[in-house]
Amino acid sequence: MPAPAQRRIIFQHIDEPGYTNDLACYLRHGGYANLRQAVTRKPEELIDEVKKSGLRGRGGAGFPCGVKWGLVDRKSGKPIYLVVNADESEPGTFKDRYIIHQDPHQLIEGIMITCFANNVKQAYIYIRGEFPEGARILEKAIAEARAGGFVGPNILGTGYGCEIYVHRGAGAYICGEETGLIESLEGKRPYPRIKPPYFPAVLGLYQCPTIVNNVETLCHVKKIVEIGGEAYAKIGTPNNTGTRILCVSGHVQRPGYYEFEVGKVTLGELLNEVCGGPLPGRRFKAVIPGGSSAKVLRFGERFKGKRKIGNDLVDYDWGVEDVPMDFDCLAMIGSMGGSGGVIVMDDSVDIVAALANINEFYAHESCGQCTPCREGSLWMKKISARMVHGEARTEDGALLKSVADQIAGRTICAFGEACSWPTQSFLAKFGDEFKAYPESRKAAAAPAVPLA
Amino acid sequence: MTSPAKTELVTVNIDGKEIAVPKGTNVIEAARLVGVDVPHYCYHPKLSVVGNCRMCLVEMGMPAVDPATKAPVMDPATGRQKINWIPRPQIGCATNASPGLHIRTQTPQIRDCREGVMEFLLINHPLDCPICDQAGECKLQEQSTGYGRGYSRFVEQKNVKPKRTQLGPRVTLDDERCILCSRCIRFSKEIAKDDVLGFIDRGSYSTLTCYPGRKLENNYSLNTVDICPVGALTSTDFRFKMRVWFLKQTNSLDTESSAGANTVVWSREGVIYRITPRRNDAVNDTWMADSGRLLYKAVRAESRLTAKDSLAALLARAETILRLSPGLAAVVGSGQSSVEEQFHTRQLAHALNAPTYLVSRTAAGDGILVSADRNPNVRGALVTGLVSDLPQPYLDDLGEAIDRGDVRTVVSVGEDLMAAGLSATQLAKISVIQLGTQVCASSVAASVVIPTLTVFEKAGTMINQQFRLQRFAKAVAGPVGAFDDLEVLARLIAAAGGPAEPSDLAGVWTRLAAEIPALRGLSYAAVPETGVVLDASPWAALPFVEGESLHHRPALVAASA
Repeated sequence: MPAPAQRRIIFQHIDEPGYTNDLACYLRHGGYANLRQAVTRKPEELIDEVKKSGLRGRGGAGFPCGVKWGLVDRKSGKPIYLVVNADESEPGTFKDRYIIHQDPHQLIEGIMITCFANNVKQAYIYIRGEFPEGARILEKAIAEARAGGFVGPNILGTGYGCEIYVHRGAGAYICGEETGLIESLEGKRPYPRIKPPYFPAVLGLYQCPTIVNNVETLCHVKKIVEIGGEAYAKIGTPNNTGTRILCVSGHVQRPGYYEFEVGKVTLGELLNEVCGGPLPGRRFKAVIPGGSSAKVLRFGERFKGKRKIGNDLVDYDWGVEDVPMDFDCLAMIGSMGGSGGVIVMDDSVDIVAALANINEFYAHESCGQCTPCREGSLWMKKISARMVHGEARTEDGALLKSVADQIAGRTICAFGEACSWPTQSFLAKFGDEFKAYPESRKAAAAPAVPLA
Repeated sequence: MTSPAKTELVTVNIDGKEIAVPKGTNVIEAARLVGVDVPHYCYHPKLSVVGNCRMCLVEMGMPAVDPATKAPVMDPATGRQKINWIPRPQIGCATNASPGLHIRTQTPQIRDCREGVMEFLLINHPLDCPICDQAGECKLQEQSTGYGRGYSRFVEQKNVKPKRTQLGPRVTLDDERCILCSRCIRFSKEIAKDDVLGFIDRGSYSTLTCYPGRKLENNYSLNTVDICPVGALTSTDFRFKMRVWFLKQTNSLDTESSAGANTVVWSREGVIYRITPRRNDAVNDTWMADSGRLLYKAVRAESRLTAKDSLAALLARAETILRLSPGLAAVVGSGQSSVEEQFHTRQLAHALNAPTYLVSRTAAGDGILVSADRNPNVRGALVTGLVSDLPQPYLDDLGEAIDRGDVRTVVSVGEDLMAAGLSATQLAKISVIQLGTQVCASSVAASVVIPTLTVFEKAGTMINQQFRLQRFAKAVAGPVGAFDDLEVLARLIAAAGGPAEPSDLAGVWTRLAAEIPALRGLSYAAVPETGVVLDASPWAALPFVEGESLHHRPALVAASA
């Protein structure tokens, strides 16, 4: 069966010849029509549409967007803020930058609809420091939208007003964690907050109720308002509605970004057909399906169990290639859809070196606030770096896993899981390679040059 | 203050023990009440909760209820309500008591959590306990005995950080020992109101430092040393001087102002090495000013007064002077004397039929724990009847009396008369009997000098700005040639022809309890460690100089508010 065709909703105009990121072009393509329509409706109706759509957050956790909006404290009398998480930092993920670079008005329209629906008067786009061009584009687009009456004190003559501010980060992965982001936005070190009590929906930015949504999520909101929640829910699969942008990187013939209905494409179809399969003469070895913190899958392993389709429990017996790319199926096999960053490794990859690379990233990015992550991530990095640099011991694999086990579930934020899951899964899936590593390094050593 | 009526009690279950605690009490404090220790580093009862050390992880559960009917779900095995345990451990410091909260601290999972955190904290810690000042009072050492591995699995290079940063004039930082708990940062911000500390860099390379161009030099900087759970922040004064386990601890008071912070004096073999605050939630919480910690330097100061003559010889000379001009004596008492000494000073004045004066010491208060009245015990002088009004800024009235010839002899109980406003000419007109501990202009000019003891060398009580009677105890013995104040005063009273007064604390307290209405029924031994608040109503109208500070609101302000 050939792979299903892409369905581009968010990326409808991405890479389209002649499509530019200015307001005029956006308006020519029907831009801001959904906002015009939205401001004539009741905010509660809009929230209801999003709830009905079943939209799940595209930032990584896959939390239902409508539920998140429903948790917002609307009785406190404090202002409600919208914070747009554009701190796209998860290794392997590069979807939001294309939305921002090529179609910023789509994001702004999604933001304005969300703000109107939630009675938000101020929205912040927190964009990672490494996107200076993206920040410039957004500033320009917001200025255009303000001039056009889509952003600002009196939107489309309705009397409703909302401002959008762009805030640039300073280059820290942890700012993608929503409470760390909020701290950073307040001008502090981005130390994630303890929950309870600091749930953003109640005590967020400046201790006010705050909605934090991913860039792609807000673009989906625009689409939901366009076609209606029920129609949107028909896209994708039940509980995994809509489309999803998958960013494929690594050892495939055609890496890049692809937008599919959620769950309609399997990992095998994506890699072998859409991305053209492995490089010549190579075989797939491993794939990380949802950004570098998702647990790795090893080609050749099988996943068995029962899953619910409709009201029935159905047996499944999947190889890695058979797994549908949706939130639930990936979670079922012990990994996650995460941020949609699919990282492919073929048989040329030294799996220990790959883990060392990931560990180095997380050790560098740990904020250092809480003990297990701060000390554990650097320890794992030091162990794996030492292994790669020739002083591997047979017991290092077990030690790595033990360190990772002491982190997960015991930290302030999800970074604890993000930094320990790669190690845990690499050891679970490729434990044999870690065990054999000291010997294989010896075998691989170059033959000594004979003395003259 | 919250009235008791507002405190709602809730019942929580900790390791199977039920206890009723005020709603909102956190699990660490609630567990303390049932004798369960929840180890922690970053949590401090007087600072905000950040939950970063992860040492206080506990298992938490709530009674199960049916989601639809809200009816309790019973456990048929026990016949009690079923408990839904959260699989993920929760931090005790940020988990507050709510009705039915269940906590387990002694499970394999929690033991594993604590051991994991301990191992993480130690991998980059220098383990230089043999030369570390914190050794003996180090939380890392304490918890390693319970949760340490005993050997290290860490074979990598440890992180290298600055070893001796001078954060300010009194605090030295060893960054390698720092476990990044952020207590010092929170203290500076929340209590000292001087936001100078912060972390730079990130992850395990995070380093505590001052903001560029700033120093940790506020008058509360040494509290960061007290609350540092490890040996990272050390007192530059105390550093490398003494192992703490050799030191004797004596409860005392900070006598630099009427705030009356409770302290502990740490001494060994008659030598004082440091002063630290003692927790009193009604007075100073767990804090004290840096300035108060240096007062012990007076004990062995160059200027310390001692006598070569015996006390009997000194008293004989004093008696001679007192008899030279009967009826023309004055007594200058001190707001630095203890309540007992002030009572005796009053009795001395009675015996001499002499007017009494008190020396005023005021300066701006800092709103925290150094109040505007720099005498620790002016209220003692009021309560004992030594004086009936607040002291004048200077001894001008006494000066005029001297100039008129009404006063020929002055007994000064520890006060420098020149510093208090008498001129050299006035001093030259009178005979001075000077009691005191330090050389001063007054002692130089005096006819008789009777050296006495510092607050660290004797015991007694003082009454702080809250009218709280508090005890201080004797930490070290006085030097040869200095005499106990009470004995000196009792014998002076006798020399002046007064009644026999006791010279021991218990004896004086028998007299105080009988003579002084505010102290009726009390005794030295009966004063609790946290002090006892006296009825201040007789002095309610006096314009005390203290402003608002930690745990103190002036009565007049409170009344007008």
